Amino acid sequence: MPAELIPSKLHSRDILRTSSVGLFTRKLRAALSALGIMIGIASMVAVLGLSESSKSDLLAQLDRLGTNLLTVQAGTGIGLGNAQLPDEAVAMVERIGPVDEVSSVSDIDANVYRTDYVPSGQSRGITVKSVDVDLLTTMQGTLAAGRFLDEASSTYPTVVLGAVAAERLGILDLDGNPLVWLGDQWFAVIGILDPLDLSADLDRTAMIGQEAAATYFDSENIPSVIYVRTAPEYVDTVMGVLGATTNPENPDQVEVARPTDALEARDAAESAFTSLFLGLGAVALLVGGIGIANVMVISVLERRAEIGLRRALGATKRHITIQFLSEALLLAVIGGIGGVILGSAVTTGYASIRGWGILIPEIALIGGFVAALVIGAVAGLYPAIRAARLSPTEALRTT
Amino acid sequence: MNLRRRNGGRSPGGQRLTIDPEIVLSLRGVTKTYPGTPPVQALRGVDLEIRLGELAGIVGPSGSGKSTLLHIMGTLDLPTDGEVSLAGHQVSALNDKELSALRSRNIGFVFQQFHLLNSQSALDNVADGLLYTGTPIAERRALAEAALNRVGLSHRLDHLANKLSGGERQRVAVARAIVGRPAMVLADEPTGNLDSKSSDGIVELIEELNGEGITMLVITHNREIAERFPRQVGLLDGLIEYDREPAGV
Repeated sequence: MPAELIPSKLHSRDILRTSSVGLFTRKLRAALSALGIMIGIASMVAVLGLSESSKSDLLAQLDRLGTNLLTVQAGTGIGLGNAQLPDEAVAMVERIGPVDEVSSVSDIDANVYRTDYVPSGQSRGITVKSVDVDLLTTMQGTLAAGRFLDEASSTYPTVVLGAVAAERLGILDLDGNPLVWLGDQWFAVIGILDPLDLSADLDRTAMIGQEAAATYFDSENIPSVIYVRTAPEYVDTVMGVLGATTNPENPDQVEVARPTDALEARDAAESAFTSLFLGLGAVALLVGGIGIANVMVISVLERRAEIGLRRALGATKRHITIQFLSEALLLAVIGGIGGVILGSAVTTGYASIRGWGILIPEIALIGGFVAALVIGAVAGLYPAIRAARLSPTEALRTT
Repeated sequence: MNLRRRNGGRSPGGQRLTIDPEIVLSLRGVTKTYPGTPPVQALRGVDLEIRLGELAGIVGPSGSGKSTLLHIMGTLDLPTDGEVSLAGHQVSALNDKELSALRSRNIGFVFQQFHLLNSQSALDNVADGLLYTGTPIAERRALAEAALNRVGLSHRLDHLANKLSGGERQRVAVARAIVGRPAMVLADEPTGNLDSKSSDGIVELIEELNGEGITMLVITHNREIAERFPRQVGLLDGLIEYDREPAGV
């Protein structure tokens, strides 16, 4: 006998129509509950997008700077006292096979002032160092103005200023051949550097030639920091032998570092925040999901008569479940799409302000959408089942 | 009608089932007891047969078991005991899915509270009468338009349900009930929420539709209305008090 009955049937297009009518009847409520999901998804997409964009910016920066720059300096710490690098350190380092370039800087006991009238205490944090003529090449630095020290100018009282040093001295260009009072005499400023990403120290330094240092300050040019460029594939190997090569007697008194590690550490610290914000996004999403569940439960209570009517019109329990579940899903999809768009917009906006490349990972877009769907399904299932379990007579009795 | 009638088989219990194609609905010894302390006996053994094309009023005071009877006749509820067969189907043998299928094509409901979806047009409300039959929407709307024309609302097709007067709403509900040409229309206090003028209009509409061959069962507490119908079944305390059939049947 059941075979004689033509089963009730609900086309998928009708499911969509029915559930959207259900939602649009209660526009404000639907909009608010979709907003909850939207905020959750948007924050997750934005957090992922921003962290990827900033990471891509870091990678581009690392690419530009190269991760093959190493620094060697005398170790500091308890018991090491006033350790120094040996005289012959530079020559020793140069002998390491994969080392391409070596440059050293030495501390000079002098201060630099704009004029000789400035009181000697006001050195404004600018240090004076004697440097190799190939320092600029090793650091892959660029000049904002003028030229760097060369074999000739190194012997004369000439100075090249780091970016911060120049700013603090108030020398923004080389117009009028500015002079600075360095130690006890005038030095001509012949160049100003752009900021160096890998050495904030040098930015605050007035650099003079090693011969000039010897001539005017009796400096022995004992290296305080040695900058080493190695073949990229041997960075680790070189790092391993630098200590013993520089100071064979006391290799443990030598500190070898890779400046780009600092950038990566900074990024790692930011990643920790990324996880935190992702967690907050997940909480927002959860709250959004609870909002949908709440709205659907209320909806089922309010629409008992409608449920009864639909059962009278021939809807099966499954049809009722599907209708309410798809209303929840529709809310979540609207929220999800809105969230992905909003999150992408936030990422795009912020990344452009920071000058980063815009990179929104696909996983964030697809994942955000899928997360919204899952939340919608979970939030909608219980109310939908409750609606379906309602007996038709019970449902019709309420007005 | 979309059902092929079974060929006079026997139920598992061996009881002989209705094979008369003229009988749309048959109730035998139907009782309904609601659990509780003490249990409430809403129906206490009702026998009733409704023939194709009949117009009957089921009348009784409140508490007489009218609503329970309506729900059982409409397969929205199952009897505690007894047999119900509708359009050749023994209702107790059907599961929820099959009952839904039976309702979607064989029964049209009209309710006292209209139960229209307010945010939908009159046309879509009527078209929803066929929603669960799998009829494509274009066809549903075409049939709905015809049904609305039939009940005299051709000028209200696109009006939202909540913009219509009470009488118009009930006409929309009647159109929804007849749009699928069901074996039977069950009307539960169809005039209960209407003023007397609209009420008369609805009763006349029911008479006209019956005149076109639609089986109509009207449940009401209003004797005056019931007396306008050819057959009146009186219900009191869960039992049939009287069953007046028109002469010559």
